[in-house]
Amino acid sequence: MSFEKFFNTAVSSWMSQEGPDSDIVLSSRIRLARNIVDFRFPTLFNSEEAKQIVALFERTFAHRSYGGAGRFELLKMSELQPIEKRVLVEKHLISPHLAEDSPFGACLLSENEEISIMINEEDHIRIQCLFPGLQLAEALEAASGLDDWIEGHVNYAFDERLGYLTSCPTNVGTGLRASVMMHLPALVLTQQINRIIPAINQLGLVVRGTYGEGSEALGNIFQISNQLTLGKSEEDIVADLHTIVQQLIAQERAARQALVKTLGIQLEDKVFRSYGILANCRVIESKEAAQCLSDVRLGIDLGYIKNIPRNILNELMILTQPGFLQQYAGGALRPEERDVRRAALIRERLKMEERRKMEGDER
Amino acid sequence: MICQECKQRPATMHFTKIVNGEKTEFHLCEQCAKEHGHMFMLYGNDDFPLNNLLAGLLNFQAPMKEVTANAFPNPDLLQCETCKMTYHQFTQIGRFGCADCYRTFARYLPPILKRLHSGNTAHSGKIPKRKGGVLHLRKQLALLKQKLQELVAREEFERAAEVRDQIRSLEDELRQRGEGEM
Repeated sequence: MSFEKFFNTAVSSWMSQEGPDSDIVLSSRIRLARNIVDFRFPTLFNSEEAKQIVALFERTFAHRSYGGAGRFELLKMSELQPIEKRVLVEKHLISPHLAEDSPFGACLLSENEEISIMINEEDHIRIQCLFPGLQLAEALEAASGLDDWIEGHVNYAFDERLGYLTSCPTNVGTGLRASVMMHLPALVLTQQINRIIPAINQLGLVVRGTYGEGSEALGNIFQISNQLTLGKSEEDIVADLHTIVQQLIAQERAARQALVKTLGIQLEDKVFRSYGILANCRVIESKEAAQCLSDVRLGIDLGYIKNIPRNILNELMILTQPGFLQQYAGGALRPEERDVRRAALIRERLKMEERRKMEGDER
Repeated sequence: MICQECKQRPATMHFTKIVNGEKTEFHLCEQCAKEHGHMFMLYGNDDFPLNNLLAGLLNFQAPMKEVTANAFPNPDLLQCETCKMTYHQFTQIGRFGCADCYRTFARYLPPILKRLHSGNTAHSGKIPKRKGGVLHLRKQLALLKQKLQELVAREEFERAAEVRDQIRSLEDELRQRGEGEM
């Protein structure tokens, strides 16, 4: 497959759009956990119950369309190749748990890949809406509407006092997990992030770096999400998260300005050195790639680099993971082969932009 | 021992994963572990760190003490009739077997929920439409009563009167429908 064709099929349509505040917020995600009455939860259900649930959703929702998201296709985990499952995980469309540990797992995926409904994960269903940029309220509205549509066909396990009943007591109530993926290079570089994370945790929100709490985030990307699902309304949970995210955006922007002032040419040098590595490398490990991509993305935001679109970081962070690299290569790869492929894929992607830019200039 | 993923470099990281009591061991080199970790933490299950801690949290002493105080024989023997999960199993796995478990283990849940949800034990969010209009009407009624108090406090009596009429008609409707449905 040619790189351009691979690239165009690999990137979900939502991923190539820009959302509000997308200089800092990569994506907003809403997840609703729901269970169907009269079936045991996936913790204990048997294969017969699991199959009935998949069949129920296949019958009712597969090949039907919802809103502007397009038609739903049902993907059964047992019928997918390991690389295909891995690609779905890397695109954030399913969880690693569904891919690896749910023999009767399935997923209803919308045409534009904005909506995925995981079936038989930890709960019977998990509705997920993924939007570019900071669009938590929009994603909640979409997820809630979809929830109403599904509820028109199935009976949810619900208790008047406890709300939606979930397999894990950490999700009971709204069953809502709202999360935002943020790129915070200046807060990391100025070390302010070490002060901010504990403060955010105290507000009932969870901040995760790439290697878990308290560790350095790969590519300076942090995920911030709500911890409580009981006692607050969906709108309040989302509004609280939105407020904190806006404050973080303001702090990151201020830190960027401070860095430009204090470092000046050194910051520009750092950005262009990283660009140089990405454009010319022949072997690159995921950690170095992530750091360089973060620098280049910052360079784009600061106006140093003009010929590359902003969402290059989102795309390449996803495309350079093992599943995609192996899909691109057309087979299994050893880690050192992946490092070579990763370098090639990044160079190709940057060249593609250069070509687009030149064609644009000629016109 | 060599890394089970790349089968080349020596394995320096060792993990044990337990799913439903089934133990799987991983022996990876640092590079492959990073690739794994990368996938798990960045795009991973939302509840990854939480769930790991949960079983430990549920075994916490507080609920047990409360149980003795309530002079209830032995919570570990309590079993859900629908799915046969025991309370002991629940504290080990950290997950319920079915929706009825919430009812079966109800007396032990408030301290657990309080700890997990910053002191909250009651839902105040969305209500499924199918669960009947009654729940919706009650929620609407509670909101209107709150609004009425605010309007009275602000001395906006004309609007308060409108809200009062809405409350009355809702209460009438509840009286008519509520009895049979709940």
